[in-house]
Amino acid sequence: MRYLPLTDTDRSDMLEKVGAADIDALFSDVPEEARLSGPIEGLPMHASEMAVEKHMRRLSKKNLAASDAAFFLGAGAYKHHIPASVDHIIQRGEFLTAYTPYQPEIAQGTLQMLFEFQTQVARLYGCAVANASMYDGSTACWEAVAMAGRVARGKKRKVVLSGALHPHYAEVVRTMAKFTEDEIAGAPPSLAAKPDDDGLIARIDENTSCVVVQYPDILGRLPDLARIAEAAHEKGALLIAVNTEPVALGAIKSPGELGADIVVGEGQAIGVGLQFGGPYLGLFAVRDEKHVRMMPGRLCGETADAEGKRGFVLTLSTREQHIRREKATSNICTNSGLCALAFSVHMTLLGEKGLRRMAMENHRLACLAADRLAKVPGVRLLNDSFFNEFTIRLGMDARKIVRALADKGVLAGVSLGRLFPDNPELADGLLVAVTETTSEEDIETLASALEGELA
Amino acid sequence: MNAPNASGWKPGTPVEGHNAMSGPDTATGNRALMLEEPLIFEIGHAETTGVDLPEPQGGANRLGGFDRAETIGLPGLSEPETVRHYTRLSRQNYAIDLGLFPLGSCTMKHNPRLNEKVARMPGFADVHPLQPVDTVRGALEVINELAHWLIDLTGMHGVAMSPKAGAHGELCGILCIRAALEARGDAREVILVPESAHGTNPATAAFAGYKVEDIPATPAGRVDLEALKARLGPDVAGVMITNPNTCGLFEPDMKAISDAVHEAGGFVYCDGANFNAIVGKVRPGDLGVDAMHINLHKTFSTPHGGGGPGSGPVVLSEALAPYGPLPFTARDGDGVVHLVEEENAAEFDHTKAFGRMTAFHGQMGMFTRALAYMLSHGADGLKQVAEDAVLNANYVLRSLEDVLEAPFGHSGPCMHEALFSDKGFAEGLSTLDLAKALIDEGYHPMTMYFPLVVHGAMLVEPTETESKAALDQFIMALRSVAERAKSGDESLKTAPHYAPRRRLDETQAARKPILAWNDPDMA
Repeated sequence: MRYLPLTDTDRSDMLEKVGAADIDALFSDVPEEARLSGPIEGLPMHASEMAVEKHMRRLSKKNLAASDAAFFLGAGAYKHHIPASVDHIIQRGEFLTAYTPYQPEIAQGTLQMLFEFQTQVARLYGCAVANASMYDGSTACWEAVAMAGRVARGKKRKVVLSGALHPHYAEVVRTMAKFTEDEIAGAPPSLAAKPDDDGLIARIDENTSCVVVQYPDILGRLPDLARIAEAAHEKGALLIAVNTEPVALGAIKSPGELGADIVVGEGQAIGVGLQFGGPYLGLFAVRDEKHVRMMPGRLCGETADAEGKRGFVLTLSTREQHIRREKATSNICTNSGLCALAFSVHMTLLGEKGLRRMAMENHRLACLAADRLAKVPGVRLLNDSFFNEFTIRLGMDARKIVRALADKGVLAGVSLGRLFPDNPELADGLLVAVTETTSEEDIETLASALEGELA
Repeated sequence: MNAPNASGWKPGTPVEGHNAMSGPDTATGNRALMLEEPLIFEIGHAETTGVDLPEPQGGANRLGGFDRAETIGLPGLSEPETVRHYTRLSRQNYAIDLGLFPLGSCTMKHNPRLNEKVARMPGFADVHPLQPVDTVRGALEVINELAHWLIDLTGMHGVAMSPKAGAHGELCGILCIRAALEARGDAREVILVPESAHGTNPATAAFAGYKVEDIPATPAGRVDLEALKARLGPDVAGVMITNPNTCGLFEPDMKAISDAVHEAGGFVYCDGANFNAIVGKVRPGDLGVDAMHINLHKTFSTPHGGGGPGSGPVVLSEALAPYGPLPFTARDGDGVVHLVEEENAAEFDHTKAFGRMTAFHGQMGMFTRALAYMLSHGADGLKQVAEDAVLNANYVLRSLEDVLEAPFGHSGPCMHEALFSDKGFAEGLSTLDLAKALIDEGYHPMTMYFPLVVHGAMLVEPTETESKAALDQFIMALRSVAERAKSGDESLKTAPHYAPRRRLDETQAARKPILAWNDPDMA
């Protein structure tokens, strides 16, 4: 077996050294009746690198890769161009095969990277402090809700969710809240040109710990965060802003600037890639430093070594499970370190100038696509405002259209029927995302394919 | 110094009086290959970019008046500067690729590079989670195939694939238990957890709304079965047991524990962090386990990546499987693999799901790597993995127990990790000092001060991907620092001496946290 260095001679020498007659003597604590006598039946035996690669390639080929189609899917996962150097750097063994930096003297590479990452995220979000990452956007969203409960010291139990929050994020919050006795006040999404900020504000009361608003929202629209923040703060509630497309923040105001108290989101769009949903990158930041000690997850901080040289360590770990056990702020242990590295490298390559250009190119192409698709007979553009993703209405079940177009090699977008199966009134909605990877030719392909289907 | 292996090779040692690290100061602060690297905020510029993108062309703006006017403060670097920055940083990290990484409980084994190649195949890396299912059947097949491996290896009934890491898997398992209890109208309040458990166990139980109580251990480092039985009752929802446990020992009473818990109406959660010691040798399902997470990044060697991403699928017993979260995959009679989500759960007879733990389908990038790992090893190779991991750990244990106290060494063999205590260290010297001295010897230290039940604990997990020669050299190094700790060598207190940084002031970091870079010119 190519991954196992011990030879049979080594094995017998070592068994002798440890005083065991055979290998099973080392498993003597396992009750004999539970011990397996040979390899588990029904599973294949070991295989060569070539054979495994062939098997996996066969499975890979059964999928339609995004780059092989005219591609318009978003809804929380976006296809952007990732510079080649990003993948090169994250494959360096010193990053790839390192552990969590618990021994800082020999982990300054990971730690400095995390410190830079935290700063990049904090600035992008308009916040004071970001953590070293969470599993993904949806779990970061729930962690923010749980944190708001801690800030309210359990005295406020109502969580107001915007109807235009990603339905999977809302479902994660609902799932977790079943076990914490938080009352989740959701609302059905409405297909309007503007988000229902008034309706949302009307649902905030004195018992509300937090209001959760996606920006841009699941339909691509831009809610008035500043107004919602003011209304939330008036009732003593925190505003949690959720962002699933960080590239947008190169073009639109940051949630922190608009008054959000906790900003969370999905960082996948920068550096990480689609990967069929994971691993992704949960981003988590607080606008005000006073909330730092309530945060979940790892934090990297600056300090000095015994010779006075600058260095970095994981810090404030008294919030975390390995110290606080059942009193921890979260049970989270693992973060998404390598994805954070990919994000940070891509963001460093972009810089402010690159991010703004990338954002404006996304927006330009999205405007082009929206105008072109609106000209297709039977198609109506829903949004007044959007960044790189918008909703169109097709006047018929969008899921059927999406499936039919997929057969023609066009991945047309995410149907609202897929996202909101319980809301049949949304079934004619199609969410279309456009990025810098979308060509004008792709837009034309989608438009004419839609013309063909809707005719 | 004796040659550490039969070939006669031995590591170079400095000539007396010629310490490699002493010498004149340098103008740059660098020491040849040891290079200092500033922050991107100190070397980058807002006007620099390493990506060629078109200049904004003006034109339509549908941003609803939310245009970002203020400077964001994100420095850019060109591609050569970027590659150099991160390459320099990388060289300040220890990693498995550099040497033995004996972190107990963390399972730092070699990460096969085939798995990296496979994960990057376009059909896995470049597919969107919400594509029409007919365009992602191969991806669903990977998830389903991996699910079946996990079920077969553990002898369980079902598996929830979506949890994102071990602790997320623990939460998933405990939520299944809670859902199953609620379904029978049985509100129970307490989860029992051994003192030696990972911190995530009590944190998880508390997060799921349970009270946590300790289970005592026997002097042999195992769960005290009689004490456990005495505590069981109608208020106990379940137990969380790590097996092999965090002392590196198998719980021989596991089946009896499970039977007693089931008898009392509770469920058994097994922390599967140490499954690598028993994979292919014993199936947790045969020991009465109801739920167990499997850290794909430990047992099945997906890379740790400096702290993640991980992946924590949870195998479930017949009693708990109906409550597992959405989404998951199911193969129909025709061999077609389906994605089961909220809308088609009824078709697949899965209406009792407790909900959804994450937005999409789990850690696909980890699934492809883990599946390639399993296929490479096969049923025979995985059994060998457990055997070699256990043999290597016992070899370390028996090679060092004369110099380091092994608190459970007398009770028989260990599993995949060897546990030592700081007993016999000279006054004023601690496990931390020994660990930092090990850094100077070119090793990442072992897990320190865990489990909590052993004073100054040192938990050494060599894993099966170390050769005998590599173990021998490590044993020699650890023996040397242990002897220095026992003889009172004061230089341990200031170790490490040769790392990119000396000991870092963690107290100052926590007292006045600096968690983001602030431009000194703007302060």
